[in-house]
Amino acid sequence: MDVREIPVAKITEVVRRLCIEANTILGDDAVAALEASLAVEESPVGRDIFRQLLRNAEIARTEGIPLCQDTGVVVVFLEIGQDVHLTGGDLEAAVNEGVRQGYRDGCLRASTLDPLTRKNFGDNTPAVIHTRLVRGDRVKVALAPKGFGSENMSQVALFPPSHGIEGIKKFVVGRVDAAGPNPCPPVVVGVGIGGTMEKAALLSKQSLLRDLGRRHPDPAVARLELELLEDINNLGIGPQGLGGRITALDVHVETYPTHIASIPVAVNLQCHCARHKEAVI
Amino acid sequence: MSESIRIRPPLSDDTVVRLAAGDRVLISGIIYSARDAAHQRLVEQIRENRPLPVELDGQIIYYVGPTPPKPGMPIGAAGPTTSYRMDPYAPILIERGLKGMIGKGLRGDAVIEAMKRHKAVYFAATGGAGALISKTIQRAEVVAYEDLGTEAIRRLEVEAFPAIVVVDAHGNDLYREGRLKYRRG
Repeated sequence: MDVREIPVAKITEVVRRLCIEANTILGDDAVAALEASLAVEESPVGRDIFRQLLRNAEIARTEGIPLCQDTGVVVVFLEIGQDVHLTGGDLEAAVNEGVRQGYRDGCLRASTLDPLTRKNFGDNTPAVIHTRLVRGDRVKVALAPKGFGSENMSQVALFPPSHGIEGIKKFVVGRVDAAGPNPCPPVVVGVGIGGTMEKAALLSKQSLLRDLGRRHPDPAVARLELELLEDINNLGIGPQGLGGRITALDVHVETYPTHIASIPVAVNLQCHCARHKEAVI
Repeated sequence: MSESIRIRPPLSDDTVVRLAAGDRVLISGIIYSARDAAHQRLVEQIRENRPLPVELDGQIIYYVGPTPPKPGMPIGAAGPTTSYRMDPYAPILIERGLKGMIGKGLRGDAVIEAMKRHKAVYFAATGGAGALISKTIQRAEVVAYEDLGTEAIRRLEVEAFPAIVVVDAHGNDLYREGRLKYRRG
């Protein structure tokens, strides 16, 4: 098997482009979800909010203005083929250079800072980078700028097995209920079940990369997603928390085997933007 | 839907007490941006009895940290940030004469008590509509804490900025009422 050489500068270029696109172009899946929600929302204020969000997406796309002023911390999922040889520099430095250029050239907000001194770095680096080695000779870059109005409302819990699926549902729905208007509903709810504490959190984040409206391939998990979506929309929180039928646009669940002693569950909330873009090099 | 009420700061107590949870407003004139770090500094200055960089009496603070403007524009995306993070500071500013806050999300009991006592109002703007809202901002000028970047205090000249009264000066809360109306099961 030949080794394919990819200069890391190529990764910088892709990350730069994806940063700008993710922050200014609302995905077709999110636009479709907003339109479908506008059709079923009963609250007049709620319908007005769906119209505002659709108009917002239109302005952002045509004028290149970010959808939201919180252009997030950049979360990057890299899948690197085992037959790839990355050349010309350090991989993580190349990703961060792409973030620096994208946030500078796209007039995006610099939000990252030192957690203790609170001093802003001014260029929105570093990204949070998750790297996996996979088969093949390609590099897949999935990029999701994560806003913190919704991130702050997210949570991980480790339950004893006796809590069962009902306990999982109660926790997820309870988290959305407690978050109320804070994460800018309509939200997308990412749920990770299983693994360890950090694995559950990572699964919940990864689940947000899935397009809205796409169900999990396992029918049992897909059913759980729909049950959670119904329970969440019965909360009545509604668009922006002002009351209404649509609190969540979708619920995505990802699972992983876990220990006989535990049910790790993570809920990662995401606002309607559900920003995620990907490219394969 | 009811027609929007047009308001222009500085707000008098008379204007504030007439606004009711659920009212839609269009704000024109001058409002000030401030979020986490600027609130911390304002309150420090009040506690140390130092003069403030902006007079708060009758004014509205908008919880926002905008994106940098594109060339030729006054400001970038400028939607509201989540308000509860300003809760530890808001009562002190309200006591100092602040009449309005624009943000999104729940407020704590101490803030609502201060709003009732000193007559102030809490508005929500649409979170996630940063590009749309930027169109109502005609001018933006940093007036304090420039070193904070996006968190600096900006004097914003707005025209028909759309918001909704969520918590009024009588303590009525649209978040609570709206949710109850549509709750099932």
